[in-house]
Amino acid sequence: MQYALIYHETAAELARRDSDTSAYWGAWDAYMGAMGAAGIMRGGAGLLAPDTATTLRISNGDWQVEDGPFADTKEKLGGFVVIEVADLDAALAWAARAPCAAAGSVEVRPTLPPQAN
Amino acid sequence: MRAAANPGFAAAEAAARTAYGRLLALLSRHSRDIAAAEDALATALAQALARWPDDGVPANPDAWLFTVARRALGHGRARAATALAAEPALSLLDAERANIPQADLPDERLKLLFVCTHPAIAARIQAPLMLQVVLGLDAARIAAAFLVSPAAMSQALVRAKARIRDAGVPFTVPPPQERPARLAAIRTAIYAAYGAGWEQMAADQASDLAGEALFLARLLTALAPDDPENAGLLALILLCEARRPARRDAQGGFVPLDRQDVTLWHRTLIEEGEAALRAAAALGQPGRFQLEAAIQSLHNHQRFTGADLSAPLIGLYDRLMDVAPSIGAAVAQAAAFTAAGAAPAALAALDALAERCGDHQPWWATRARVLAVLGDADAAREAASRAAGLSHDPAIRRFLLSQDFLGFPPAWQAAMPGPQQANEGEPA
Repeated sequence: MQYALIYHETAAELARRDSDTSAYWGAWDAYMGAMGAAGIMRGGAGLLAPDTATTLRISNGDWQVEDGPFADTKEKLGGFVVIEVADLDAALAWAARAPCAAAGSVEVRPTLPPQAN
Repeated sequence: MRAAANPGFAAAEAAARTAYGRLLALLSRHSRDIAAAEDALATALAQALARWPDDGVPANPDAWLFTVARRALGHGRARAATALAAEPALSLLDAERANIPQADLPDERLKLLFVCTHPAIAARIQAPLMLQVVLGLDAARIAAAFLVSPAAMSQALVRAKARIRDAGVPFTVPPPQERPARLAAIRTAIYAAYGAGWEQMAADQASDLAGEALFLARLLTALAPDDPENAGLLALILLCEARRPARRDAQGGFVPLDRQDVTLWHRTLIEEGEAALRAAAALGQPGRFQLEAAIQSLHNHQRFTGADLSAPLIGLYDRLMDVAPSIGAAVAQAAAFTAAGAAPAALAALDALAERCGDHQPWWATRARVLAVLGDADAAREAASRAAGLSHDPAIRRFLLSQDFLGFPPAWQAAMPGPQQANEGEPA
């Protein structure tokens, strides 16, 4: 099955991208490298900091464009991957290895099966 | 209000902790309906929490809980049978107080341990089932420790209990010819619980699964002292658990075994563990857990005395691999080869396991150390990174990515915590 692992990071963890660069990226490189070597990666992307986001809403034909992410939450979306593994237990095992599991959270969600049409 | 100072509340909590499995065994042994017994016991515990703080703690709290729970169980059956509303349990309580057996209740927990690890129950749910049924842990906490979803864990536990009830799993001690294998299944489940608890390093003792496993190991040794492997398991857990306070430094950093401050180790646990190991060995029937405990004992002695015990360690691993081959034991032996100055032999041993170890963190960590010793710095760094990427624990991940890990001689002990066999779970 395919699962999206959606990585959320605390503000303090995100700040380490600049303040603790080599340890922060070293941990993510190791983690992504292990997933790559395991042959389970199907896609995904890391994301630049939330303050680089621009959010658009159209409400009753009224366009709203705002600087920043869609919601001011405690944990910020840092990136996501799509992996192919046997079951939820296996997906959780990979989620637990994510550096942000201990400094934020990892949401594990099955992807929609491809639509045949 | 959670009033710790209130003796009624504290007594109710203490009863829940120590008497849970004892009461559950008595409530379920005839019906084999563990789920119904759990509900009844929960009702009794809730009533105790509501009443003891005001009314005072009964002279025999266990008997009080048992009586109320048995009454609730009767009501549950009556409701199920007649669909009539039962008389509220509360109105019975005063009568109960006057009518409670004072004698000690029999301890049927060994039978409950046998039920939870019966061959009819799927192996992977046996440890969670035991934690819930004997200790009263809730499904969400068990799910977190075993890294599965709470919903899936709840369902699996419900299914297992239904199977016990519907398939008629007997609440008995198995006959002598089956006893050794059935005791081994109990040990495997307890050790699986300990393995799940080993990595939990939070100061929050509420998540202390290792402590729960230690409780079960002590219980099993007390209830079935005839099998020396029970004391072997207890010794193993005690000798590993004794090191817990030294496994992290003040900043939360990982401290490998060979750099731990031994003055932080729990001396009383070590003494209890050594005594259990001696008592087991005196029976002259060595086995997997006695060997693993002896290995941990040698590791500890190495640190206490500074002596190099790598040769006897390798010998113990040989014997362990004979009786209980596992990836964890093979990787640990490769680490022992490295410490003994036989890095090429260690690399060969690891290579032989390669196909089964793609996602096995200790294998990559050990390989990194071996490659570093052999002078292949690039490959060592690559293996260390792979090990870090497979680690759940931020402190261990940091350590594996540090210069420290590949730079210091026997630091490979790092990624080789005591009970890795349990974590990777491949009992023979």
